[in-house]
Amino acid sequence: MTKVGVVLFPGSNCEQDAIESIRLLGGDAEVLWHGDATIGDADAVIVPGGFAHGDYLRPGAIARFSPVMGAVAAFAAAGGPVVGICNGFQVLTEAGLLPGALQKNRGLKFLCTTVSLRVDSTNSVLTSDAEAGSILRVPVNHFEGNYTCSPETLAELQGDDRIVLRYVENPNGSIDDIAGICSEGRNVVGLMPHPERACHPLLGSTDGQPLLRSLLTAAAKAQV
Amino acid sequence: MVDQRDPGAAYREDVTEALHRSLGLTDAEYREIEQVLGREPNHLELAMYAVMWSEHCSYKSSKVHLRRFPTTGEHVLVGPGEGAGVVDVGDGIAAAIRIESHNHPSALEPYQGAATGAGGILRDIFSVGARPIAVMDPLRVGPLDDPRSRWLLEGIVSGVSGYGNAVGVPTVGGEVVFDETYAENPLVNVLCLGLLPVERLVLARASGVGNLAVLLGSSTGRDGIGGASMASEGFSDDGAEQAKRPAVQVGDPFEEKRLIEACLTLLDAGLAVGVQDLGAAGITGATSETAGKGESGMDVDVTVVPLREPGMEPWEIMTSESQERMLAIVTPEDLDAVVSLCERWEVQATVIGRVTDTGRYRVVRGFGGEVLADLPTTFADDVPIHERPLAVAPPRRPFAVEVPSDPQQALLDSLCDMSWVSSQYDSQLFLNTVEGPGGDATVLRLKHPTTGTDTGRALALTTDGNHRWCAADSFVGAEMVVCESVLNLACVGARPLALVNCLNFGNPEHPEVMRQLSDAIDGMSEACRAFGIPVVGGNVSLYNESRGRDIDPTPVVGLLGMVDRLDRRPPGVHLVDGASIVLLGEVTAELDLRAVSNVAALVRGLVLDGLLEGVHDIADGGLATCLGEMVARSGVGANLRGIDAAALFSEAPGRVLACVAPDSLGELRRRSAEAGADCSELGVAGGADLVVEGLVDLAVADVVRTYRDRLPAAMAAGALHE
Repeated sequence: MTKVGVVLFPGSNCEQDAIESIRLLGGDAEVLWHGDATIGDADAVIVPGGFAHGDYLRPGAIARFSPVMGAVAAFAAAGGPVVGICNGFQVLTEAGLLPGALQKNRGLKFLCTTVSLRVDSTNSVLTSDAEAGSILRVPVNHFEGNYTCSPETLAELQGDDRIVLRYVENPNGSIDDIAGICSEGRNVVGLMPHPERACHPLLGSTDGQPLLRSLLTAAAKAQV
Repeated sequence: MVDQRDPGAAYREDVTEALHRSLGLTDAEYREIEQVLGREPNHLELAMYAVMWSEHCSYKSSKVHLRRFPTTGEHVLVGPGEGAGVVDVGDGIAAAIRIESHNHPSALEPYQGAATGAGGILRDIFSVGARPIAVMDPLRVGPLDDPRSRWLLEGIVSGVSGYGNAVGVPTVGGEVVFDETYAENPLVNVLCLGLLPVERLVLARASGVGNLAVLLGSSTGRDGIGGASMASEGFSDDGAEQAKRPAVQVGDPFEEKRLIEACLTLLDAGLAVGVQDLGAAGITGATSETAGKGESGMDVDVTVVPLREPGMEPWEIMTSESQERMLAIVTPEDLDAVVSLCERWEVQATVIGRVTDTGRYRVVRGFGGEVLADLPTTFADDVPIHERPLAVAPPRRPFAVEVPSDPQQALLDSLCDMSWVSSQYDSQLFLNTVEGPGGDATVLRLKHPTTGTDTGRALALTTDGNHRWCAADSFVGAEMVVCESVLNLACVGARPLALVNCLNFGNPEHPEVMRQLSDAIDGMSEACRAFGIPVVGGNVSLYNESRGRDIDPTPVVGLLGMVDRLDRRPPGVHLVDGASIVLLGEVTAELDLRAVSNVAALVRGLVLDGLLEGVHDIADGGLATCLGEMVARSGVGANLRGIDAAALFSEAPGRVLACVAPDSLGELRRRSAEAGADCSELGVAGGADLVVEGLVDLAVADVVRTYRDRLPAAMAAGALHE
C-alpha cells in the first residue's frame, strides 16, 4: 500500500484530517515529526494546514528550518510527490520549493467558506486524475491566501502550464485567480483550498477526492 | 528572620483596613477571614482570599439557587462543579461540555477578552482529559447602528477567530444578538465540547503525599492580576474602564496548542494523576482547588515560578491570570518522563508544589523555607454564602409580541445572515461538521477520539437565549429558551442529552435581579425535568450592568444532543420548489411542555427518516422570520394563505415550519395525528416571490439581498471606539 507522510510541526492542525481522507481513499498515511530529519519510507509527502510555529512571523518562515524540511526538499528534488495544503503551501514557498508568496487576503479577514475551483492543468501530481476544465467545490480556510509573485514568475507559471487550479470567483485577491501551482518538475504542488475537507459525502462535497487520488497515483508510481 | 508561627508578620505593615476593600472583600468577609485564621491575614493571604472569594470564583450569590437544577441522569458521568460536565455517549466515548462568559474583559478589550475566553474554556475541557473538538460562541452586543457596538463586535469576532483558528479547534456555531440592553455591557459566552475515551476521565485531585504539582506552559506575568475581582463588579464610568484594561489577559494560541497536545499525551501515557487548568485566580485557584478536593495539603514554592518580568511580588505571582498555563499532579517517579515529554512539545514544565499531609495550603519561599501564607486547604470553600434578598415575585407575565403595523417591512428588518461572523471562523476542522453555523443546530460526526472509528452517529449542539422573553417573565422565558433548544436539536434529528447554561444577569445586590436569577433557574429546571435533560454544568456572570443599569436577564443555554443514525445530511433551513409548507405544533394560551415535547419527537423522527425537504424552528421573530430565512437561504419563493398578522409574528414556542414533498404529505399527516401534534398546511414553496396573502408580497431577490447584505453593509460603515 502506498504510504503518505504527513508533516507535523508544532501548531499544525490539519494532519489528522489529511490522514483520515487519505485512508478513506484507500491509501495509508502516517505523521512525520518536524524534528526528525527523515521522511521514513513515505512514497509521498503532504505538508498540511494549520499554524506551524504559530505563524507569528510570516507563515512558514520558521517551519522551513525544521529538520524534516531538508528531507522533504531532497525527496522533492528526486522527483517525489509533495503537496502543501494551505499553511503547507505557505511553508513550501518559504522553503523555496515553490515560487511566490502568500499575503493577507484582500479584505483583511480570515475566510472559511466553500469555493469553486477550475482544474486548469491536469499535468501535476495533484490533478492528474481530475478532469481538465472541471469545476470542483472545495473549502478554503485562511487569512493569508492571497497568492502573489513577480511578473516574470507569473509569466513562467502561465507559459509552463503550472497554474493547476484557479478560483472561479476570487475570494482573496490572488494574482490571476491562482488557487494552486506546481513546480517545474510538476511533482511539488501547493494550494490554498483543502481537498481533504471535501472527501466524505456527509461533509457536503466529495470534489477533493480526484485531487487526493491523483496524489495516491503519483505515490504508487514513486513506489515502483 | 521570619517568625514561622506568624507568617504574616513580614507583611503586617502593608495591611490596612482599606486593603481588603480595595481587593473587593467586604468588612464582614474580612472578619470571617480573621476568625478562620485566628489572626490577621497578611497581604498575600488577603489577595488570595480576595480572588477565591470573588463572585466570579465562588458563586457566593448564586450557589443557594443553583442547587435547584436537576443534575442527574443515567448517562451523566460528571455533573456540575468540576472543570466540565461529562456524559457517556456510547461506544466507549464520553463527551465533555462547558460554557463560560468573558463579558467583562470583552467590554474593555474585545479582541483579547474574546480570545482568552476561548483559550480558558479549552483548558477546562482538556483538564478532564478530553480533546476539544468544537467551540460555539453566543455573542450579544448593542445595536448595529451604534459605532461602538460595531467596534466591539469587530474585536470580539477577530479575537475568537484569531485564537480559535490558530489553536486548532473549530468554531462551529453560536449566535449574535443586537440589542440596546447590551450596548454598554456586551455578552461574550463561549461553549466548548470535547471527547475522550471513557476510561481516560480524570478529575483534578492532588492525592498522594509526596506527589508533585508541575506548572506547565507560559511564564507568569503581571497580566490579568485581579481579573476575577474585576469580573465581580459593574462598570461605572469611562475612566474606571480604562484603569481596568491591564486586568485583561493576553492570549497566545500557539502556546495553548502545544499545551493541549502535551497534556493529552501525558494523560494518554498515564503520567498524570490529575490536571487542572489555571483560570481565574491563577496559581492560587489551581493549586488550592486540587489540594482542597484531594483532602490533603500543598506547599507552593513561589520562588520557582517562571516569570515574564523581574520584581514580581508573591501576591502578584499567586493571583496573576496569565494565560496558557496548566497544573499537572505527577508522582516523583514519573517526573523525568513528564519533563521530557513536555520538552518535545516545547512546553515549559516546573515543579512548583508538593502534596503534603498537613491539611494546610501554604505558600513558601523554597520548600522547607520561609512560609509566606498558611491557610486551611478548604479556604476557597469557606466563603460565606449569600442569601441575597429577592424582590417579590411579579405576577406571571408571559411574553406577548406587539403586532407590527407594517408586516412586510418587519419581516425584512428581522433578517440578518451571520455569515460575516461565521466565515471568519474555521468551522470545519477535524472533518466532523455535517451542519455548520447558520442552521438550527450544528451536527458533528461522532468519531472515537483516539481510534478515529466512525460510530455512524452524530452529536448536535445548539446555543440559545432570549432576553426579551426573560425580561417579560424570567421563569417562562427560561422555559421557552429550553424549548427552543430542544426544537433546534429536533430539526437536525437529535434528541437532547445534557444542558449547560451561562446565566448572564445584572447586579445581584439588586433584589429584582436576584428575583430574575431565581425565577430563571426555576423555569429552566422545570423545562429540563419535563424533557428529562440533566444540567451538567454552568457559569454565572453577575454584575452585568453599566452606570447603574442592569442588562435584561439573559440565561443562555447550550444543549448537547445525539443523532442516533447519521445516514444523510439533515434537511436544513431550506425550501424546495413545489413542496408543501406545513406548520407543526400550534399556538397555545399557556406554555405546554408536553405538547412541545411531542412536536420535538415528531420532527426528530421525520428528519431521521428523510421525510422533510427543509425544516426550521419558529422562535425570535415568529413565523415571519422563520419563513424569511427559509426563502433567503434557499432562494426559493413561497405562497402562504390564511395567516393573520398576529399569527405571523407570534413567538409561541413548540412550533416548526416544515417543507414537505407532495408524496410525503400523507405520512406526515399520519405521524402528526399519532403524535397528537397539530399539522396545518399553510401553502406551497416555489416561484420568484414570497407571498403571505394580504400581508407580505416580496421578490425573492430582495429577501435574499436584505438577508445577505445587512451585516456586511453595517460593518462596512466603520467602527468607533469611544
